[in-house]
Amino acid sequence: MPANPFNGFTDYGIGIGLRVPHYRHILAEHPVVDWFEIISENFMVDGGRPLEVLDQILEQYSVVQHGVAMYFGSADRLNREHLKRLKRLVKRTGTPWLSDHLCWGSVDGRYTHDLLPMPYTFAAAKVTAERIRQARDFLEVPICVENVSSYAEYHVSEMTEWEFLSEVVEQADCGILLDVNNIYVSAQNHGFDPYAYLDNIPHGRVGQIHIAGHSKFEKYILDTHDHPVLDPVWEMYAHVIKKTGPTATLLEWDDRIPSFEEVHREALKARRFLPSDNKGKRTS
Amino acid sequence: MSSVRSQAELKEFQRQMAGLLFQPLNTAWKTRKKTPGGDDIAAMAASLIKPNDRLSSFERLQIYNRCYWFRVLDSLYDDFPGLLALLGNRKFLKLVTAYLIRHPSESFTLRNLGSRLENFLLAEPEYAGERQQAALDMVRFEWAQIVAFDGPARKPVSAREIQGQHPESLRFGLQPYLTLLALDHAVDHYLLAVKSDETAGLRSAASNTSEKTPIQKSTRRPAAPKKERVYLAVHRYENALFYKRLEPEAFVLLTALKTGLTLESACNKALKLAKPTRKNSAAFQLKLAEWFADWSSLGWLTPYTSDKPKKTKTIL
Repeated sequence: MPANPFNGFTDYGIGIGLRVPHYRHILAEHPVVDWFEIISENFMVDGGRPLEVLDQILEQYSVVQHGVAMYFGSADRLNREHLKRLKRLVKRTGTPWLSDHLCWGSVDGRYTHDLLPMPYTFAAAKVTAERIRQARDFLEVPICVENVSSYAEYHVSEMTEWEFLSEVVEQADCGILLDVNNIYVSAQNHGFDPYAYLDNIPHGRVGQIHIAGHSKFEKYILDTHDHPVLDPVWEMYAHVIKKTGPTATLLEWDDRIPSFEEVHREALKARRFLPSDNKGKRTS
Repeated sequence: MSSVRSQAELKEFQRQMAGLLFQPLNTAWKTRKKTPGGDDIAAMAASLIKPNDRLSSFERLQIYNRCYWFRVLDSLYDDFPGLLALLGNRKFLKLVTAYLIRHPSESFTLRNLGSRLENFLLAEPEYAGERQQAALDMVRFEWAQIVAFDGPARKPVSAREIQGQHPESLRFGLQPYLTLLALDHAVDHYLLAVKSDETAGLRSAASNTSEKTPIQKSTRRPAAPKKERVYLAVHRYENALFYKRLEPEAFVLLTALKTGLTLESACNKALKLAKPTRKNSAAFQLKLAEWFADWSSLGWLTPYTSDKPKKTKTIL
């Protein structure tokens, strides 16, 4: 199952997010890494240092694009300028698939710059799926949507989050970027069984997996990406790998970022849960 | 709101949620009890958000309300460290909060968040207190650096392209990432004294949460910038950010070229300002040659084009 239409029939291994504090090390030392995930919006610029760094990375590494501002779940029309910039970047990186979040974040052209949870209704699923289809048709690259962590649920919801995710990806015929940490965080915040989530999604559509750390507060958990991956999240990762097969996996570490080696070492812990013949495998 | 059963209802739902998220925090960085119009925020939150066994609807809203403000404020703190140092934290926070209430982000990227700050400050100068003019100079200077960092570049003009052309008809463009500034304060020297972290410039986080209040950042506060007329070119060279002081005549010449004047007309403007005597005329000619050699080596001069802005379109 690792190579499927939703990740461009690739078999990527374990990657890490490309982050500014690591640029110097990566460009000077050329460490062996299966692949890097970039935040698309950081490189949807017209010129300068960001694109210079990206081109240097692309000379040696495979890169997958991950977006934070497409807002598939917003009721606004898709922004053509955004899509055009994104498509230019897709051509530059040759990303075999791209991902963004199953959320909303803008309305009437005003942006919250947040990944806000959707109202889980059939109408919202239909709108979201339609926008994913439109984006994919324009960008001409497979799309995976990522489940977000959340701290609120709405009265209007008509189904569970995993039912909503399944509804959207089936209607849009797109892939899933399954963020295991986000499921754990949301499960703790809302009191659902994270394994019910993992067991009740279309596993054949999982094109990529995210893992990350989080922070515990008195009454809730925040998805802060500033810690190593916690044991319950690794256990969920092991569970989902049994369902999906070895799948492109990426560690996110966005705040209090330690050395490149430490981040990479943390990511490679995922190998413990992969079948032995997949531990070093990567084709594209 | 009782249902989301259509795209129109989804939009209305999102409008209501965004209206709550954009509500400014109180001085303790918490969600306010009432909107400026007197509406009860807890009641509004309860109509949209479910409570759970640990958090009320209001408390769940507060998580997002705080994250929104921390994120956008953080972005402006990062982009305008000189303005922060100039105004001090209290005034800066008041200014950028008012700015964000008036001008919420209209771009997919936080990079553009401060694009309207200059105009806001021009319209509402009282937010800068006694340092209005210095604050305006600093905002212009810091925004120019954002443009220089990742603005578009054109291919510099080649000698072959201008060979045989006459100064009376020859026009140049300037690199779009180059900003020319005529300021009344030495904000360049001031910012050098403030800045210590040069790694800023890219936002790389994919996490949507932040629990750090912007005031946790510390910034050096040197003495006020010296009042003096300063002409600056803010640009990049080999993708590193630079700012360069210009002589007044050089500034006039470049500005004239940027507005589309011919080389001859632009040089005449500079010449008029320099008022060279017969004695130092040769020296001015030499200076002109040096400037053009310098600007060419920096790649500032591009083939002339008349730009017309494009409109953003939506699809569906």
